[in-house]
Amino acid sequence: MGGLYLDANATEPLRPEARAAAIAAMELCGNPASVHAAGRAARRVLEAARRQIAARFGAEPGGVVFTSGGTEANALAIAGLSAGRRVLVGATEHPAVLAAAPGAERLPVLADGTLDLAALRRALDGPPALVCLMAANNETGVLHPLDQAAALCRAAGALLHVDAVQAAGRVPVSLAALGADSLALSGHKLGGPKGAGALLLAPGRDVPALIAGGGQERGRRGGTEALPAIAGMGAAAEAAEPAAAARLAALRDRIAEGVARIAPDARFPGEGALRLPNTLSVLLPGVAAETQVIALDLAGVQVSAGAACSSGKVAASAVLAAMGFGAAAGSAIRVSLPWNAPEDAPERFLAAWAEMRARALRAAA
Amino acid sequence: MIYLDNHATTPPDPRVLAAMRPFWERCFANPASVEHALGREAEAAVEQARAAVAALIGAEPAEIVFTSGATESNNLAIKGAARFAAAQGSERRRIVTLATEHKCVLESVRDLRHEGFEPVVLPVTADGLLDPAVLAEALAVPTLLVSVMAVNNEIGVVQDLPAIAAAAKAAGALVHCDAAQAGGRVALDVRQLPLDLISLSAHKMYGPKGVGALYVRRRPRVRLLPLFSGGGQERGLRSGTLPAPLLVGFGEAARLAAAEGRLDEGRAAQQRARFLARLSAAVPGLRENAARAPRIAANLSITFPEGADAQAIMAAAPGLCVSTGSACSSASVEPSYVLRALGLPEGEARATLRIGIGRFTSPRDIDTAADLLAEAWRRTVSATVDKVSAE
Repeated sequence: MGGLYLDANATEPLRPEARAAAIAAMELCGNPASVHAAGRAARRVLEAARRQIAARFGAEPGGVVFTSGGTEANALAIAGLSAGRRVLVGATEHPAVLAAAPGAERLPVLADGTLDLAALRRALDGPPALVCLMAANNETGVLHPLDQAAALCRAAGALLHVDAVQAAGRVPVSLAALGADSLALSGHKLGGPKGAGALLLAPGRDVPALIAGGGQERGRRGGTEALPAIAGMGAAAEAAEPAAAARLAALRDRIAEGVARIAPDARFPGEGALRLPNTLSVLLPGVAAETQVIALDLAGVQVSAGAACSSGKVAASAVLAAMGFGAAAGSAIRVSLPWNAPEDAPERFLAAWAEMRARALRAAA
Repeated sequence: MIYLDNHATTPPDPRVLAAMRPFWERCFANPASVEHALGREAEAAVEQARAAVAALIGAEPAEIVFTSGATESNNLAIKGAARFAAAQGSERRRIVTLATEHKCVLESVRDLRHEGFEPVVLPVTADGLLDPAVLAEALAVPTLLVSVMAVNNEIGVVQDLPAIAAAAKAAGALVHCDAAQAGGRVALDVRQLPLDLISLSAHKMYGPKGVGALYVRRRPRVRLLPLFSGGGQERGLRSGTLPAPLLVGFGEAARLAAAEGRLDEGRAAQQRARFLARLSAAVPGLRENAARAPRIAANLSITFPEGADAQAIMAAAPGLCVSTGSACSSASVEPSYVLRALGLPEGEARATLRIGIGRFTSPRDIDTAADLLAEAWRRTVSATVDKVSAE
């Protein structure tokens, strides 16, 4: 089908390098925990992926804990590092992080979606804390000022966990360079297969297992490792080149310019902040996000109204609400360009979007 | 290389690989992205897989929760049921399991001690079976959960699930069954067996590593607390993006297990007898463990005569993949706790190998494997004798 996929933040298309690695790993028959030749062959694939991930994101191989995905990696970090600590989370964090720390104190964001550093500084004044922040927001692409946040955390003796699920592979991400304590990754958001993620732990940091048994992953995560997904994740991590960002950023900017030309009242939440190159939040006042997404889907353009998680129901974006958009938070769609977005994506999107808008205005009139 | 370690993991069935292929190539969307056509296509594939997994055990699709594998399913079943009951104010604290369960079951049960529960780990008979009288005694104290595996991963013994489940239900306990090794091999039908929770693994039935399932009975409804939360997938019991390609492979593996599992067992029974006859002829005094217990045909646990070292035998047969026990404990220097629970002395446990026959094992593999092991045994024994006489 000749559709246009602009929902990369829900999942990236599988990269060819990742596909080849996953299929090759599928054909191995050993369990990486077995000591015989088949087991050792499986273990070599596992450890090669571990080294790829470690090298790419500034960790030691021994600090890489493979999980089933980003959600589990975030949950593992927060459950483990929050022992005896207050938990502080950004107001626009992913549901996986918010759910992992239900009693956490929320750190406000500024109108552009970036963390309010003054509020963080105030919140850190107190008993020891664990601070959980996303590197990049899944709906707006806004990048938090993590270097400054990390410095504040260090000065206050707080631990910092970074949810780098959306940022990894799109902008430079390094656990060591940030000086964070842990960092969560998702394989499929790098263009790897679904079913693998990783928690990166800084040297000296450790977490007790959420999933016990078997002793895999140095006792931090039981269960036979998801070899095909992990091998694909390693290959995707190597292939995901932030240098390719310039191309995506140019496509994104052409979309924003086109939207602004068609609809001067349209807004782009987070546009004043540093953002992911591939992500654009487009707010069309007065038209429900759900209406927009359905109309675009019928036109063969795949976008989303927010995070693609459980429901399929479209609620007003909590991320935009936290940025102060009020009722308008229910009128924004997320356009997220995949690594293989075609060069004519802006024109095709804009044609569908303009028609959607014209129809919505006629319906409202 | 001959692979006879099919309890550790199974090679993927070519039909599983073929079923997965389109999902590596074309249909990559997030199954939760039901707002658009590509997402709905992925969702439909996941639901088809769910139906196939459900059908394997006579369940409804809505009773299947997808996980990353049987270890996660076992953790979710045991910790999830215990924590939910405690949160509802249940007085029951006792959690009963067997000494021969998989490590992840034993660790999950033991971990719950720190949360105020009472782990009870029951012994087994010399054949690896649970004695009904021992279970009855344990159930005299109000019990929250009984967790018993269907098929043991080291010795292949099949527990009497109908009797165990009936006794546990009569005592008002929930029943969990780790069926990682059982899928397709033994009859497990939730319409006949009053099991509340069943753990399944894809890679133990010729599917991909990285996915499994937990059956959660709906009538009467069994409730759990999740191990972790997030986007609320799988009705809130298991958050995280569903790995559509792996699940499609799991679905196909389950469909094949339902259709061919019994055929596989029939073929394995012949191969097992052939292997045992050939190896016994070459190794006088070779002994089969849990020989009299009900067991799956695909498994064989054999103890070499006195003085043999299973690790050394394996090392002397590098072209053959077998194991000394659970893969998880492969690197461990401790002898198998499962064999010790049967009452095997340490020396015999150290002289024991686990053979796992699979769907793709050929008669020739069987003959060659028996010959390789016999030769390896002869070499290690004579090496020991030479060493002793040299001293």
